[in-house]
Amino acid sequence: MNLSQLDDVILTNVEQVPGKTIVEHYGLVAGNTVRAKHVGRDIAASFKNLVGGELKGYTELLGDARTQATRRMVDQAKALGANAVVNVRFSTSAVAQGAAELYVYGTAVRAE
Amino acid sequence: MEDPAQTFDLVLVALIYGLPVFLAVFGLVVGGILERRHFASIREREARTAALPVFPTRSTDAGRTLADGRLVVASVVVSLDYFKKILAAFRNIFGGNVRAYESLLDRAKRESILRLKEQAADCDAIINLRLETSNLASVQSRKKKGIGGVEVVAYGTAIRYR
Repeated sequence: MNLSQLDDVILTNVEQVPGKTIVEHYGLVAGNTVRAKHVGRDIAASFKNLVGGELKGYTELLGDARTQATRRMVDQAKALGANAVVNVRFSTSAVAQGAAELYVYGTAVRAE
Repeated sequence: MEDPAQTFDLVLVALIYGLPVFLAVFGLVVGGILERRHFASIREREARTAALPVFPTRSTDAGRTLADGRLVVASVVVSLDYFKKILAAFRNIFGGNVRAYESLLDRAKRESILRLKEQAADCDAIINLRLETSNLASVQSRKKKGIGGVEVVAYGTAIRYR
Protein backbone atom coordinates (compact mmCIF):
# COMPACT_ATOMS: atom_id res chain seq x y z
CA MET A 1 0.00 0.00 0.00
CA ASN A 2 1.46 3.29 -1.13
CA LEU A 3 0.81 6.41 0.93
CA SER A 4 3.19 8.69 -0.98
CA GLN A 5 0.28 10.37 -2.78
CA LEU A 6 -0.91 11.62 0.62
CA ASP A 7 2.31 13.52 1.26
CA ASP A 8 0.65 16.88 2.00
CA VAL A 9 -0.35 15.74 5.50
CA ILE A 10 2.07 13.96 7.84
CA LEU A 11 0.70 10.68 9.21
CA THR A 12 2.17 8.82 12.20
CA ASN A 13 0.89 6.19 14.58
CA VAL A 14 2.70 7.58 17.63
CA GLU A 15 1.55 10.49 19.81
CA GLN A 16 4.03 12.98 18.37
CA VAL A 17 5.14 14.14 14.98
CA PRO A 18 8.86 13.24 14.90
CA GLY A 19 11.03 16.32 14.54
CA LYS A 20 8.16 18.76 15.17
CA THR A 21 6.08 20.10 18.05
CA ILE A 22 2.33 19.85 18.16
CA VAL A 23 0.79 23.29 18.65
CA GLU A 24 -2.92 22.56 18.26
CA HIS A 25 -5.33 19.60 18.45
CA TYR A 26 -8.43 19.37 16.26
CA GLY A 27 -9.84 16.07 17.54
CA LEU A 28 -10.84 12.87 15.82
CA VAL A 29 -10.79 12.43 12.06
CA ALA A 30 -11.81 9.22 10.35
CA GLY A 31 -12.39 7.66 6.96
CA ASN A 32 -13.99 4.44 5.86
CA THR A 33 -14.73 2.36 2.78
CA VAL A 34 -16.80 -0.77 2.36
CA ARG A 35 -15.51 -2.78 -0.55
CA ALA A 36 -17.13 -5.79 -2.14
CA LYS A 37 -15.08 -8.42 -3.88
CA HIS A 38 -14.78 -8.54 -7.64
CA VAL A 39 -16.28 -11.55 -9.41
CA GLY A 40 -13.34 -11.91 -11.79
CA ARG A 41 -10.87 -11.70 -8.96
CA ASP A 42 -12.92 -14.18 -6.98
CA ILE A 43 -12.71 -16.75 -9.77
CA ALA A 44 -8.96 -16.24 -10.02
CA ALA A 45 -8.72 -16.48 -6.24
CA SER A 46 -10.69 -19.73 -6.13
CA PHE A 47 -8.13 -21.32 -8.45
CA LYS A 48 -5.29 -19.92 -6.37
CA ASN A 49 -7.11 -21.27 -3.34
CA LEU A 50 -6.30 -24.86 -4.39
CA VAL A 51 -2.59 -24.38 -3.81
CA GLY A 52 -2.84 -21.73 -1.09
CA GLY A 53 -0.43 -18.88 -0.53
CA GLU A 54 -0.88 -15.21 -1.29
CA LEU A 55 -4.03 -14.06 -3.09
CA LYS A 56 -2.49 -11.03 -4.81
CA GLY A 57 -5.79 -9.76 -6.22
CA TYR A 58 -7.20 -9.45 -2.73
CA THR A 59 -4.04 -7.88 -1.33
CA GLU A 60 -4.32 -5.17 -3.99
CA LEU A 61 -8.07 -4.75 -3.56
CA LEU A 62 -7.80 -4.19 0.17
CA GLY A 63 -4.70 -2.01 -0.20
CA ASP A 64 -6.55 0.29 -2.65
CA ALA A 65 -9.57 0.43 -0.37
CA ARG A 66 -7.41 1.30 2.63
CA THR A 67 -5.67 4.07 0.65
CA GLN A 68 -9.08 5.48 -0.23
CA ALA A 69 -10.18 5.44 3.42
CA THR A 70 -6.94 7.19 4.38
CA ARG A 71 -7.55 9.77 1.64
CA ARG A 72 -10.95 10.55 3.18
CA MET A 73 -9.42 10.92 6.63
CA VAL A 74 -6.71 13.23 5.27
CA ASP A 75 -9.30 15.38 3.45
CA GLN A 76 -11.22 15.75 6.70
CA ALA A 77 -8.03 16.75 8.53
CA LYS A 78 -7.17 19.34 5.88
CA ALA A 79 -10.67 20.82 6.07
CA LEU A 80 -10.07 21.40 9.78
CA GLY A 81 -6.81 23.20 9.05
CA ALA A 82 -4.55 20.40 10.31
CA ASN A 83 -1.21 19.52 8.74
CA ALA A 84 -0.70 16.16 10.47
CA VAL A 85 -2.68 13.21 11.82
CA VAL A 86 -1.19 11.37 14.80
CA ASN A 87 -2.08 8.07 16.45
CA VAL A 88 -3.49 6.62 13.23
CA ARG A 89 -5.18 3.23 13.68
CA PHE A 90 -6.57 0.81 11.10
CA SER A 91 -9.39 -1.61 11.58
CA THR A 92 -10.94 -4.17 9.25
CA SER A 93 -14.21 -6.01 9.66
CA ALA A 94 -16.19 -8.32 7.44
CA VAL A 95 -19.62 -6.71 7.55
CA ALA A 96 -21.58 -8.69 4.98
CA GLN A 97 -21.06 -11.64 2.70
CA GLY A 98 -18.11 -10.81 0.50
CA ALA A 99 -17.76 -7.23 1.75
CA ALA A 100 -15.26 -5.76 4.16
CA GLU A 101 -15.12 -2.41 5.90
CA LEU A 102 -11.78 -0.67 6.12
CA TYR A 103 -11.74 2.01 8.76
CA VAL A 104 -8.95 4.41 9.61
CA TYR A 105 -8.96 7.04 12.35
CA GLY A 106 -6.59 9.36 14.13
CA THR A 107 -6.18 12.74 15.82
CA ALA A 108 -5.80 15.79 13.59
CA VAL A 109 -3.14 18.22 14.80
CA ARG A 110 -1.12 21.21 13.70
CA ALA A 111 2.62 20.63 14.05
CA GLU A 112 5.41 23.17 13.58
CA MET B 1 -21.09 -57.03 -21.52
CA GLU B 2 -19.90 -53.45 -22.00
CA ASP B 3 -23.01 -51.49 -21.28
CA PRO B 4 -22.51 -47.82 -22.21
CA ALA B 5 -24.79 -46.70 -19.36
CA GLN B 6 -22.69 -48.67 -16.86
CA THR B 7 -19.46 -47.16 -18.18
CA PHE B 8 -20.98 -43.71 -17.85
CA ASP B 9 -21.95 -44.47 -14.24
CA LEU B 10 -18.42 -45.62 -13.49
CA VAL B 11 -16.94 -42.44 -14.96
CA LEU B 12 -19.38 -40.37 -12.94
CA VAL B 13 -18.53 -42.19 -9.70
CA ALA B 14 -14.82 -41.86 -10.41
CA LEU B 15 -15.28 -38.15 -11.04
CA ILE B 16 -17.36 -37.53 -7.92
CA TYR B 17 -15.01 -39.39 -5.58
CA GLY B 18 -11.82 -38.87 -7.50
CA LEU B 19 -11.92 -35.12 -8.00
CA PRO B 20 -11.65 -34.11 -4.32
CA VAL B 21 -8.82 -36.60 -3.87
CA PHE B 22 -7.07 -35.25 -6.95
CA LEU B 23 -7.50 -31.67 -5.76
CA ALA B 24 -6.21 -32.57 -2.30
CA VAL B 25 -3.10 -34.25 -3.71
CA PHE B 26 -2.58 -31.37 -6.14
CA GLY B 27 -2.90 -28.88 -3.28
CA LEU B 28 -0.55 -30.88 -1.07
CA VAL B 29 2.20 -31.14 -3.69
CA VAL B 30 2.04 -27.69 -5.32
CA GLY B 31 1.07 -25.91 -2.10
CA GLY B 32 3.97 -27.54 -0.26
CA ILE B 33 6.47 -26.48 -2.93
CA LEU B 34 5.14 -22.92 -2.94
CA GLU B 35 5.23 -22.72 0.85
CA ARG B 36 8.85 -23.90 1.05
CA ARG B 37 9.82 -21.43 -1.67
CA HIS B 38 8.05 -18.62 0.18
CA PHE B 39 9.78 -19.45 3.47
CA ALA B 40 13.16 -19.49 1.70
CA SER B 41 12.43 -16.06 0.23
CA ILE B 42 11.30 -14.74 3.63
CA ARG B 43 14.50 -15.95 5.34
CA GLU B 44 16.65 -14.48 2.61
CA ARG B 45 14.96 -11.06 2.76
CA GLU B 46 14.96 -11.05 6.56
CA ALA B 47 18.71 -11.51 6.50
CA ARG B 48 19.05 -8.71 3.95
CA THR B 49 16.94 -6.20 5.91
CA ALA B 50 18.29 -7.13 9.36
CA ALA B 51 19.98 -3.72 9.64
CA LEU B 52 16.62 -1.93 9.88
CA PRO B 53 15.23 -2.50 13.38
CA VAL B 54 11.49 -2.75 13.99
CA PHE B 55 10.17 -1.87 17.46
CA PRO B 56 6.69 -2.58 18.77
CA THR B 57 7.27 0.14 21.36
CA ARG B 58 6.37 3.80 20.96
CA SER B 59 9.93 5.05 21.07
CA THR B 60 13.42 3.72 20.52
CA ASP B 61 16.34 4.01 22.90
CA ALA B 62 16.30 7.43 24.53
CA GLY B 63 18.73 10.22 23.82
CA ARG B 64 18.52 10.43 20.07
CA THR B 65 16.52 13.20 18.44
CA LEU B 66 14.34 12.43 15.47
CA ALA B 67 14.52 14.29 12.18
CA ASP B 68 11.23 13.13 10.69
CA GLY B 69 8.81 10.24 10.47
CA ARG B 70 5.96 8.93 8.39
CA LEU B 71 3.35 6.19 8.49
CA VAL B 72 4.10 3.00 6.55
CA VAL B 73 1.47 0.35 5.88
CA ALA B 74 1.78 -3.08 4.25
CA SER B 75 -0.65 -5.93 3.93
CA VAL B 76 -0.92 -9.46 2.60
CA VAL B 77 -3.88 -11.80 2.00
CA VAL B 78 -3.14 -15.51 2.21
CA SER B 79 -5.16 -18.70 2.13
CA LEU B 80 -4.66 -22.38 2.93
CA ASP B 81 -4.31 -24.97 0.20
CA TYR B 82 -7.07 -27.50 -0.37
CA PHE B 83 -5.29 -30.33 1.45
CA LYS B 84 -4.52 -28.29 4.55
CA LYS B 85 -8.08 -27.02 4.61
CA ILE B 86 -9.26 -30.63 4.92
CA LEU B 87 -6.63 -31.30 7.62
CA ALA B 88 -7.74 -28.23 9.56
CA ALA B 89 -11.36 -29.36 9.33
CA PHE B 90 -10.41 -32.76 10.83
CA ARG B 91 -8.48 -30.97 13.55
CA ASN B 92 -11.76 -29.37 14.58
CA ILE B 93 -13.02 -32.77 15.72
CA PHE B 94 -10.20 -33.58 18.13
CA GLY B 95 -8.97 -30.11 19.03
CA GLY B 96 -5.35 -29.16 19.57
CA ASN B 97 -2.89 -27.10 17.58
CA VAL B 98 -3.91 -26.46 13.99
CA ARG B 99 -0.44 -26.49 12.53
CA ALA B 100 -1.65 -25.69 9.02
CA TYR B 101 -2.89 -22.30 10.23
CA GLU B 102 0.15 -21.70 12.43
CA SER B 103 2.51 -21.83 9.47
CA LEU B 104 0.10 -19.84 7.28
CA LEU B 105 -0.11 -16.97 9.77
CA ASP B 106 3.63 -17.11 10.42
CA ARG B 107 4.23 -16.64 6.70
CA ALA B 108 1.71 -13.83 6.42
CA LYS B 109 3.03 -11.88 9.40
CA ARG B 110 6.66 -12.15 8.41
CA GLU B 111 5.83 -11.23 4.81
CA SER B 112 3.87 -8.13 5.84
CA ILE B 113 6.69 -6.93 8.13
CA LEU B 114 9.16 -7.45 5.28
CA ARG B 115 7.01 -5.34 2.95
CA LEU B 116 6.91 -2.67 5.63
CA LYS B 117 10.69 -2.69 5.82
CA GLU B 118 10.99 -2.46 2.05
CA GLN B 119 8.90 0.72 2.11
CA ALA B 120 11.07 2.21 4.85
CA ALA B 121 14.40 1.36 3.23
CA ASP B 122 15.60 4.98 3.52
CA CYS B 123 14.80 5.21 7.27
CA ASP B 124 16.70 4.27 10.44
CA ALA B 125 13.97 2.38 12.30
CA ILE B 126 10.28 1.58 12.42
CA ILE B 127 8.57 2.27 15.75
CA ASN B 128 5.17 1.40 17.16
CA LEU B 129 4.70 -1.64 14.94
CA ARG B 130 1.11 -2.88 14.93
CA LEU B 131 -0.06 -6.15 13.40
CA GLU B 132 -3.69 -6.75 12.71
CA THR B 133 -5.20 -9.98 11.45
CA SER B 134 -8.68 -10.27 10.02
CA ASN B 135 -10.64 -13.12 8.61
CA LEU B 136 -12.15 -12.26 5.26
CA ALA B 137 -14.56 -15.16 5.22
CA SER B 138 -16.22 -15.05 8.62
CA VAL B 139 -19.55 -13.77 7.37
CA GLN B 140 -19.86 -16.21 4.48
CA SER B 141 -22.92 -18.44 4.56
CA ARG B 142 -22.38 -22.07 5.40
CA LYS B 143 -23.50 -23.30 2.01
CA LYS B 144 -21.17 -21.13 0.00
CA LYS B 145 -17.82 -21.19 1.74
CA GLY B 146 -15.82 -18.00 1.38
CA ILE B 147 -12.33 -17.74 0.00
CA GLY B 148 -11.01 -18.65 3.43
CA GLY B 149 -8.54 -15.81 3.22
CA VAL B 150 -6.79 -14.14 6.12
CA GLU B 151 -5.49 -10.60 5.84
CA VAL B 152 -2.54 -9.40 7.87
CA VAL B 153 -1.89 -5.64 8.01
CA ALA B 154 1.34 -4.31 9.45
CA TYR B 155 1.82 -0.62 10.13
CA GLY B 156 4.16 1.61 12.03
CA THR B 157 6.02 4.89 11.96
CA ALA B 158 9.25 4.92 9.95
CA ILE B 159 11.67 7.38 11.56
CA ARG B 160 14.99 8.98 10.75
CA TYR B 161 17.51 10.12 13.36
CA ARG B 162 19.00 13.57 13.16
